[in-house]
Order: sequence, then structure tokens, then C-alpha cells
Amino acid sequence: MTVVAEDAGRAAVAMAVAPASAERARRARRVRWWKEVGALGIAVLVLIWTLVPVYNIFMVSLESKGDVFTETIFPARPSLDSFWIVITQGYWYLEEFWHQFANSVYIGVGTVVITLAIGSLASFAIGRMRIRYGWLLSNAALLTYVIPASFLAIPFYRIMQIYGLTNNLWSVIAAEVTFATPYAIFIFHQYGTSIPIELDEAARIDGASPFQVYWKIYLPLMAPALVAVGTYALLLAWNEYLYQFLLLTSKHSMSVPVALAQFLNSDEAPWNYMMATAIVYAIPPVAIYYVFRRRMSAGLTMGGVKG
Amino acid sequence: MSTQTLEGGELLARRRPPMERFWRGGLQGSEYTWAIAFTVPYIVLFLAFVAYPVAFGAWLGHEPHLYEELAEDPIFQKTIVNTILYVGIGVNLKMFGALLLSGFFMRRGWWVKGLLLVYVLPWALPALPAFISIHWMLNGEWGLINNFLWNLFGINGPGWLDTSRWLSLGAVITSHIWKWMPFWTVILLAGRMAIPQELYEAAEVDGATGLTRFTHVTFPLLANLYLVCTLLSTIFTLGDFNSVFFVSGGGPALSTHVLATLGIRNAFEVARPELGVAAVLTALPLMIPLVLILMRKLRTTEVTL
Repeated sequence: MTVVAEDAGRAAVAMAVAPASAERARRARRVRWWKEVGALGIAVLVLIWTLVPVYNIFMVSLESKGDVFTETIFPARPSLDSFWIVITQGYWYLEEFWHQFANSVYIGVGTVVITLAIGSLASFAIGRMRIRYGWLLSNAALLTYVIPASFLAIPFYRIMQIYGLTNNLWSVIAAEVTFATPYAIFIFHQYGTSIPIELDEAARIDGASPFQVYWKIYLPLMAPALVAVGTYALLLAWNEYLYQFLLLTSKHSMSVPVALAQFLNSDEAPWNYMMATAIVYAIPPVAIYYVFRRRMSAGLTMGGVKG
Repeated sequence: MSTQTLEGGELLARRRPPMERFWRGGLQGSEYTWAIAFTVPYIVLFLAFVAYPVAFGAWLGHEPHLYEELAEDPIFQKTIVNTILYVGIGVNLKMFGALLLSGFFMRRGWWVKGLLLVYVLPWALPALPAFISIHWMLNGEWGLINNFLWNLFGINGPGWLDTSRWLSLGAVITSHIWKWMPFWTVILLAGRMAIPQELYEAAEVDGATGLTRFTHVTFPLLANLYLVCTLLSTIFTLGDFNSVFFVSGGGPALSTHVLATLGIRNAFEVARPELGVAAVLTALPLMIPLVLILMRKLRTTEVTL
């Protein structure tokens, strides 16, 4: 009797609970569905927001000359002529395009090599050899890192005149190295703390000179940080505009961004050529960025959130 | 044999303190020379290309009459307002957007990862092509935006960059956000990923869901990073030359300059470098506290960017 009553009670409870839980499950499903829809909506907005300017570059570069000044939102007669003009240097702003491209490469490679050399030597002395007053150097680097480059441009230009380096690619390399090295010193210092100092001590006991320790132990172990900083320095030097614009004025010494901005000087700018030039200029850094993205963001956030 | 090794070990043990001293400071003899030699390139670089220009700039802009001249210049007055708006609105919108979007990109799923790859494109692109494209896109007559408005809705869009100061400044701020929000999103995303999952699980057991999860777990742990990023971004934005120079070019009628572009204009177009330096130096009251706080924060929390 009691057993039956208990069963009946349990059944009644189950009866009462079942619709409620089904209702809850339905509501949870609905909430999840709305969340998915919301996420998709955000995704679409993000896509449009990100891609409109990019679409604009491609659209204009694919237009033929007469179509640039029309009210269309896609090229009426798409053609690759503009790219052909850029590649064959067929417009007077582009006369020395490949030479200027080589200038940009030269600046980039020079910046990477010198930044890595100066940065790794300094961080070795500060972080591994624990040189006295090393903190002064790392503070100097920190200070340089937080001074906006554009604020230093005017005196920097005057000083390059004093040094007699205007219109010289090395003046630009000096500028880019100045602003890339502080970052290099941080990353190297940070990354260096993960390499046991006992390695250095063991090598010293075996009779290695400090330079041998640096060359044979420190540098090979620092390879990931070197890649991250090298990529950073290369992109910085390739993308930077202000210093290259101020320091390189002759057509022969110009780098690509300076040549590109020249189009803005003329009133009847051939916008399609300009956008094609912009795309050719942007392809290398974007490709490098996507290839080295993981290593770069590893560098960017190395020990990033210890706070 | 065994005694020899013992001796060797003893020797090593006895030599240990001097070695320690050698590596931890108090370098001796040739080691000291090496250490100096290693730091000389950086010291030279710093003195020649940072210290000297800074000192030179301070000397160029030391005369008080320059600041009187600037203060009376209506363009400079507008520039100050623009700079405050540009930095104040630009940085906060950008960082808040980055904070929200970094949460969005924590979602699982292949398409979210794919979207992230597309979303970081503005950061990967060099500034110049991107801003030139935006400049042309906002052209009142032939730009993509107005063509779009005309073709789809039959609306005649305004001249975004050449009619109104506020439209133009808004366009500049928007472009800056477009270019730099992806970078900060990636940084904050890394910060979010570093938060251990167990904390969320524990919070869930205690009944925290949705917004409370954010206010009680995510934000307290992210707050320091968010603050450092905001301060850094403030300085970078203050020095951002490209957005203004290429999107609005300071126009219409020199009404959208910020300090960074006005300095360059005074120095190279007006050919008065000392006036340009003076314009830039007026940012110092904001810069100095920022730099001090940041140097402290960056050193102690080891945030590397």
C-alpha cells in the first residue's frame, strides 16, 4: 500500500517536473539559437567593416582610366592594365619603380640585420652578463619605445642634415633601427630569462670567451625571439612613411611609400595606377605577416599578462 | 681517479662565488671590456639618434615667444581640440571595441578562426595604402561610399572630407580605429586566453553566468592589461601621423590637424622648424605623466608589446 502510494507520489512529481524541464530545454535551445544568430550577425558586420576599404583598393586598381571618375560600385570593365603599367614602369611617377622597390628592400634588410645585432648584444650584456648600470640601458630603451617617432622627426631631420645623410638610405636605416631596437631589447631580455644561466656559466668554465658564449650559446637558443623581432623590424621599416618621406627626396633614392604618396601631389592623379602600386607595395608585408603571424604574436604577448 | 674528480668538484665549488660575482655584476678585467663592447653600439645609437635629437628639439623649442605665437594661432587652438577628441574618443572606442571583440573571438568554431584572420588584415596592411584607399573612398563625388549611397538609396552623400570639420575628424577617428583595433584585439585575446579555465568553472559552480562572469572573473584579471594597453595606445595615438595626414590631410581649411601633423606642417611646409617643435612640445604635460606611469607599469608587470 505504502509502496504504491510512494510510486504514485513519485509519478506525480515526475509528471510535474517533465513539462518544466522540457520547457527549460526548449528555452535553452532557443537562447543558443539566438546566440548563434547574434554571433553570425556580428561576424557579418566585422567582415563588412574590415573589407570595405580593401575592396575599394582592388576595385579602383581594376578600373580603366575612364571609369575611375564614375558612380559605379564595381568596375564596369575590369582590367589588369594598371598592374601592367606598374610592372613595366609605364607612367612617369613610376619611372624608377623597381629601383625604388629595391631601395625599400635594402632599407628593410639593413634595419633587420642591424637591429638584431645591436639589440641582441645589448640584451646579452644587460640580461646575461648583468653589467652594472644595465638598468639604465633598459630604461633608455623603454623611454625610446614610448616616445612617438613622429614627435622626434623634426630634430631628427635637422641632425641628419648635420651628419650629411639626407637622401641617403642609411639615414632611414638609422631612423628605423632607432625605433626598432628598444622593442628588440625588451623581447630579447624577456625571452632570455627562460634560458638557464647555468649554460653560460658552464661554457665560461670550459674557457669560452664572452663573445663565444654570445655567438655559440645565446644566439642559437634565442632563435624564436630573433625571428619575431626580425619580422617586426622588417615590417616596421617597410611600412614606415614619415621618416622616409622627410629624408628621401630624390626620385632615385626614394622608397616605395614615398613614391606612392607622390601621386597625391598631382591634381589629376591616376587613381587606378596609384591603387595598383599600393597593392604591389602591400603584398610583401601582408604575406610576411601571415607567414610569421604565430611567431610574431608569440613575441607580442610573450609573458604578456603576468600582472 | 676518484680523488681527482673530487678535487675538480671542490675546485668548482670554491670557484663558484667569484663566478657568481662575475655574472651578477662586478665584472672583472677582460670580461668587463667585453660587456662594455657589447653595449657600445646601443649606447652610440641612443646618444646619436635619441638623446641628441631630443636635446636639439628642446633647444629649438625653448623660446617662450613661440608658445605665445602658437596660443594666438586659431589653427593651433583647433588642433588642440582635435587632438583631445582624436585621442580621447579614438583610444577609448578602439580599446572598448577590442575588449568586446576579443570576447567574441574566444568563441569556438572554424569560422571564428577564419574571421579572425580576415579581421587582422587592416593591421597587416601598411598604413599608407589603407589610408589612401579610405581617403578616396570618402571622396564626395566619386568615392565608393557615396556611390553606394546613390546607387542603393538614391541619397546624395556629403563631401565627407572637404565640407565639414566634424565629419572629417570623425572619418579620421574611424579610420584610426579601423587600422588599429585588430592589433589591440589580438593582445586582449591573448590576455583572455591566459585566464585559466578552472576559474570560470569555479565561478559557474558559484552561480556566475553571463555578465557576472565577465564582471567578476574576466575583467578583474584583464584590468591591468587593459590599463597598460590603453595608456600605450594613448601615446601611440598621440604620435599617429599617418591617419590624419592621409585621410583628411588636415583639411578642410586646416581644421582637422592634430599635434603630430601640425608639427610637421609648421616645420616643413611653413619652414619654421622651431614652431613645429614647439607645437609638438605642447603635448609634454600629457606625455610626461603617461610615460612615467607606463615605464613603471611596463617594468613591473613585464607586459611586452
